[in-house]
Amino acid sequence: MDSTAAGAEHPFEYDATAEPGPRLCLTGRLDVQAVERHWGPLRRRARELARQAQAGSVDVDLEGVVYCDGAGAALLHALEQDLASGGAEVRFEGMGRMVREQLAPYRELDAVEPARGARGGGWWPALLDGVDRVGQAAHSQFSFVGALTRAIGSSLRHPRQVRWGDTLRVAEAAGFQALPIVSLIAFLLGVILAFQSAIAMRQFGGEIFVANLVAVSLFRELGPLMMAILLAGRSGAAFAAEIGTMKVNEEVNALKTMGLDPMHFLVLPKVLAGLLVAPLLALYANMIGLVGGAMVMQGFGIPWVAYFSQVTSALSMSDLFSGLAKAVVFGLVVAGVGCLRGLQTGSGAAAVGLSTTSAVVTSIILIVVLDGVFAVLFYHLGV
Amino acid sequence: MTDSGMSRADDDGDAVIRVRGLTMGFDDFVLMRDLNFDVRRGEIFVILGGSGSGKSTLLKHMIGLYQPLAGHIWVAGADIAEADDARREAILRRVGVMYQMGALFGSMTLLENVRLPLEVHTDLPREAMDAIARARLQLVGLGAFADFMPSEISGGMQKRAAIARAMVLDPEVLFLDEPSAGLDPITSADLDRLIQRLARTLDMTIVIVSHELASIFAIADRVIMLDKESQGIAAEGDPATLRDTSNHPWVQRFLRRTDSDEERPA
Repeated sequence: MDSTAAGAEHPFEYDATAEPGPRLCLTGRLDVQAVERHWGPLRRRARELARQAQAGSVDVDLEGVVYCDGAGAALLHALEQDLASGGAEVRFEGMGRMVREQLAPYRELDAVEPARGARGGGWWPALLDGVDRVGQAAHSQFSFVGALTRAIGSSLRHPRQVRWGDTLRVAEAAGFQALPIVSLIAFLLGVILAFQSAIAMRQFGGEIFVANLVAVSLFRELGPLMMAILLAGRSGAAFAAEIGTMKVNEEVNALKTMGLDPMHFLVLPKVLAGLLVAPLLALYANMIGLVGGAMVMQGFGIPWVAYFSQVTSALSMSDLFSGLAKAVVFGLVVAGVGCLRGLQTGSGAAAVGLSTTSAVVTSIILIVVLDGVFAVLFYHLGV
Repeated sequence: MTDSGMSRADDDGDAVIRVRGLTMGFDDFVLMRDLNFDVRRGEIFVILGGSGSGKSTLLKHMIGLYQPLAGHIWVAGADIAEADDARREAILRRVGVMYQMGALFGSMTLLENVRLPLEVHTDLPREAMDAIARARLQLVGLGAFADFMPSEISGGMQKRAAIARAMVLDPEVLFLDEPSAGLDPITSADLDRLIQRLARTLDMTIVIVSHELASIFAIADRVIMLDKESQGIAAEGDPATLRDTSNHPWVQRFLRRTDSDEERPA
């Protein structure tokens, strides 16, 4: 039956009278539409009746109620509570089977205790909870680093145990398939770097030294940094989502029960792939960035040969290897954090999203912090 | 071959759902051909069939999630396959659906999950919505777990919470996809009683996809049995009559749980 038509046929109405005794008479369809209209007014009227009853009884006549849905029962239960809280005794009359069935769970709920007690309030329990969470997170991260170190050590001693097929598959996805986006970003980085510095250098007639600036910046700093951020966004997120989904689907538990260590089966191939592709991508990004810089310098009248001659004279092996060393560490961090966040995934689809976000954010923060550490370290080592 | 335990309701004016000439499948793959049946108001109607016979697919056609390859499905008087978005939304406002895996939203508590349809489709005050949602959870035995996340409860509890969400708007038609699967016998029996209460007391029409025989014999008013081989309805009627009178070998094997035709009890 169309509820609107039915509502028109049996409109809900109520009548509240104080004489001879307080009485509330409800008729018609007590459905969602009726409750939307009458929730507030009817409850106010019930509270007035409770006051008029002066601790006596209030009769609620339901004889004329032809239909009652869940919303109608919610209203009846609210009326019952309003009248009772005003000190009146409530007496339902003419309650049909439908109303009784609908009202039953509301009455049962009055006696239900939440399965989980309310958490204690105040700053002290909150502080303890916070310390506990930090401790647990630190424990899980140190455990992961320890287990990963053992797994890498084991792979060096027993290289045949490494799943090289998976490693190459991940390396292809994280490395080869990332070449277009790395090319675009590195090229634009080289162009922007060269263009901005050339404008300033031209005032001193030193456009040729733009090659030094672009080359050293890219090889020592920007190439590895940009590559690591792209790797975190592309592959770190993918690692976290893949392992997180496996965790949600209990595939990780299945691996454990089959005697397969998730660290060897899932994490190690990804970390080895990260270690492998990160320096290669950084080197590739450096080269493409140099090409971008060269094209800008063409516009400033510096020929290709002069530009690359200046680049080779400006760069030292320490520039190259310090950048590559950073790239290796960044690759390890991105892959490791992606896998860690995946393994820490809770339950449900939302948890996978949280892990993925957390993997990218944590990776980028660690990359920037480590970049600062490397800068200080290389300065003191004279690299 | 159709073995009818009771007369086909072609002219039944009290049909809430009417399926005519329905052919369903995906692209070139036809799962079922020329299905014709009615679901009558207030009855508990069960769609039976073996694994992969298209039970859940048929249910998804009935709620407009899939487009039929041919034929029509009228739900509450409107052809759901041909309805525009507004009309389809109006039809779906009058039905509740529980999916096979529960499909609770993982980022919401059980209370928020059950309250969501009320927030979308009604203008009730928040206090009323909370009360209704809690009562529905209590009805399925989860009143104490309103503040739990779906990930914190078992699969069976998730299923019951999904039923609470499906019926929170007191729909005219409630679709339940494998409601008893994975539940313990006591919870399953409680669920059967709840389904019967909804149908008998609230005049709710309930369409169930299932192959839990104990549950089907306990609650079903009428069943249709989908046969993968013939790509059609093998039998239609009340389950006890079909079990006792049907001559269809596959129906007998299914309803009597015999391993082969030879082992069929006399």
